[in-house]
Amino acid sequence: MSMLVFRHLEKIPAAQIPVVPVDSFRSSVLGAVAEGCRIVAFHGTPLPADAVRLVAIVADDSAGELRAVAADPGESYPALTPDCPQAGGFEREIAEQWGVKPVGHPWLKPLRFHRSCRPGRDAWGRTEQAAPAPSVMDFFRVGGEGIHEVAVGPVHAGIIEPGHFRFQCHGEQVLHLEISLGYQHRGIERALTGGPHPRTIHHMETLAGDTTIGHSLAYVHALETLAGCRVPARAQALRAVALELERLANHTGDLGALAGDIGFLPTSSFCGRLRGDFLNMTALLCGSRFGRGFVRPGGTAFDVDAALLAELRQRLDAAFRDVAGAVNLLWETASVMSRFENTGALSMETAIELGLVGPAARACGSEIDIRRDFPSGIYRFAQLPLSAFDSGDVFARAYVRWLEIQRSVEFIRGQLASLPGGAVRASCGPLAPGSSVVSLQEGWRGEIAHVATTDAEGRFARYKVVDPSFHNWMGLALALRNQEISDFPLCNKSFNLSYCGHDL
Amino acid sequence: MNTASMLHPLLALLLAPLLPGVINRTKAFFAGRRGPPLLQTYFDLWKLFRKGAVYSRTTTWIFRAGPIVNFACLLAALMVLPLGRVAAPLSFAGDLVLLAYLLGLGRFFTVAAALDTGSSFEGMGASREVQFAVFAEPALLVGLAALARHAQALSLTPIYAGLSSASWSVSFPMLALLGMGLFILFLSENCRIPVDDPNTHLELTMIHEVMVLDHGSVDFGFVQWGSSLKLWILGALWTGLMPPGATGRPLLDLAAGVAWMLVLAVATGIAESIMARVRLLRVPQLLVGAGVLCALGLLLTFR
Repeated sequence: MSMLVFRHLEKIPAAQIPVVPVDSFRSSVLGAVAEGCRIVAFHGTPLPADAVRLVAIVADDSAGELRAVAADPGESYPALTPDCPQAGGFEREIAEQWGVKPVGHPWLKPLRFHRSCRPGRDAWGRTEQAAPAPSVMDFFRVGGEGIHEVAVGPVHAGIIEPGHFRFQCHGEQVLHLEISLGYQHRGIERALTGGPHPRTIHHMETLAGDTTIGHSLAYVHALETLAGCRVPARAQALRAVALELERLANHTGDLGALAGDIGFLPTSSFCGRLRGDFLNMTALLCGSRFGRGFVRPGGTAFDVDAALLAELRQRLDAAFRDVAGAVNLLWETASVMSRFENTGALSMETAIELGLVGPAARACGSEIDIRRDFPSGIYRFAQLPLSAFDSGDVFARAYVRWLEIQRSVEFIRGQLASLPGGAVRASCGPLAPGSSVVSLQEGWRGEIAHVATTDAEGRFARYKVVDPSFHNWMGLALALRNQEISDFPLCNKSFNLSYCGHDL
Repeated sequence: MNTASMLHPLLALLLAPLLPGVINRTKAFFAGRRGPPLLQTYFDLWKLFRKGAVYSRTTTWIFRAGPIVNFACLLAALMVLPLGRVAAPLSFAGDLVLLAYLLGLGRFFTVAAALDTGSSFEGMGASREVQFAVFAEPALLVGLAALARHAQALSLTPIYAGLSSASWSVSFPMLALLGMGLFILFLSENCRIPVDDPNTHLELTMIHEVMVLDHGSVDFGFVQWGSSLKLWILGALWTGLMPPGATGRPLLDLAAGVAWMLVLAVATGIAESIMARVRLLRVPQLLVGAGVLCALGLLLTFR
């Protein structure tokens, strides 16, 4: 194969990624996916003279290896999506960002509704004057007797982010759901180019507000690799504690929200409060409930003392006891189980074809977890068992969360009991020029991928972010097929995807 | 006819908004929260009746008529409704059928107003409401038929006046079956869990609430007050089954009726606190279940 094989968090000279003709690029990526690899990132990077280079990075989870290959496609190339559905979102993104057209793409629609990064080059031939408005496009329509269309959003009844959902229904049955996002597009990738700036870490922390630790960890790992910085063991352990606390807070909140969506009050009320308890533990570490300001290049911004450790341990035990009580009530209540089971089921084949990640993938029986397959930091020494289930329905997604809650609590207890001594921060120097690094992290929603490439001065020439939601939104759309439209909120909550993480 | 009979419709109008307050406080208690004030519905009504209305240009007079006709139907239903041993202001043979169809007429206008908006949400809610009514209305009529045969009367007032603690020892199975059937109907017709969730904000899952999304101000005030009244009316059909019999002192009977109504509200709050909503496709099964319970009750009157 003509792909560069390298390790996670390995600094590679950017020039080492082989640039091959489009044909062999296609066959390399398709071949790797056929072997069981996943596409981690597939994006365009600008070249001088207004050209664009496509870079694909695939992960071989079982071998713990990454592979990369690049190609210069010109203005169009034969799309990979017809042979490899998980490339669908990436190719739409490439078309939108760079105006490079994937020919033969079955679903070539804008993803975030912004102007091309190469002025004048637009995959849809739109004029430069008209700024594209979100959701202004042709939606897929089902025709026939008794078919009706339901449009939901972008303004929702709850306090959630904006997104537009278009259902094609026959009575209560959903035949097709199309999700149109882009309302939260802030141009983060563009702002990161030329960095790291003093603001970069704040961009990372607010990339998806509920995944502050996850994204900032992926970022600082990339930075530390490029700078050759050795992070003290104590900082690595504390970062993992923060990451798992983030997972605990969100998983607990999700289980409560799932109960709320079906009107099951006991779990809904308790989990709402308990999510706050976990957030407050993060606040103990750094003063911010969402972990802002905790992870910094070279280590963590705050250390913990013995009193704080004792307080953390005691709060963790108390919160976990309550979570166990509230969550087990779900599995013991027949009316809850009858709503969860067989609702919004996805098969493992679908999950793998779409390249789903995180709990949504593990709920379908797809055994991928970055903490196990591509461990970084303290996870190289302290393993977490992988939590998976096989039914792929709302129940499975809820149950995997509960398994992960238990394992995360065990993990945090272990880390707090044997916290390494020493400093929590080392200095992080300038970045190596002309290098690339792929940084993966298992956020609570799943795989976070950051691909950093530096220019000759050691600034970011291109910084690509792939949020887990980017992979998983299509999973939600397919999970809704042939479901009742009244089960949409429940299915949606069982994925609980990020709008801003997708829109960047 | 006595003072208590005259008092009851007034009392129902005044006290009905208390029932959602009691239900919500019960749910809050079970959830470990303090919950909204008991009088929240009154505050809401006071607020709504002082607001100006906004009407969509795509709606017609049907949209405006919906809440008012529904409220008028419920008011008329109150006139033939006894509360326990307290006689209704009006009583005549066949008034139980009138009651069932007054509720049906109110429903028809609510549904028509929802369809008048042309919104896909409201159409969906209207479709669900009518679909479930197909199962709920026969159950109600069969239940009332069982009571009519039991009392050998065709009017609600004598039907309920004849019930007492003694009836429970004589016709326990029949009354127990009817009690269960009518309780399910009470929950379903008032869009409570396990059929509908009155607290949800998710339009796609709603049945009743989604039909009234476009109403505001005074109209919505009538919708809210109307749904409280509906709680009271269907509640009275259930609480009337409960002991004790007539005390001979109408005001004491009235107090007993109101007390049972509060008990029912607490029971509803408890039911909502311990179970989840059923899947929408399963709602007809639940209503058929209520119908079967009422039909069994009716069969038992043929002994």
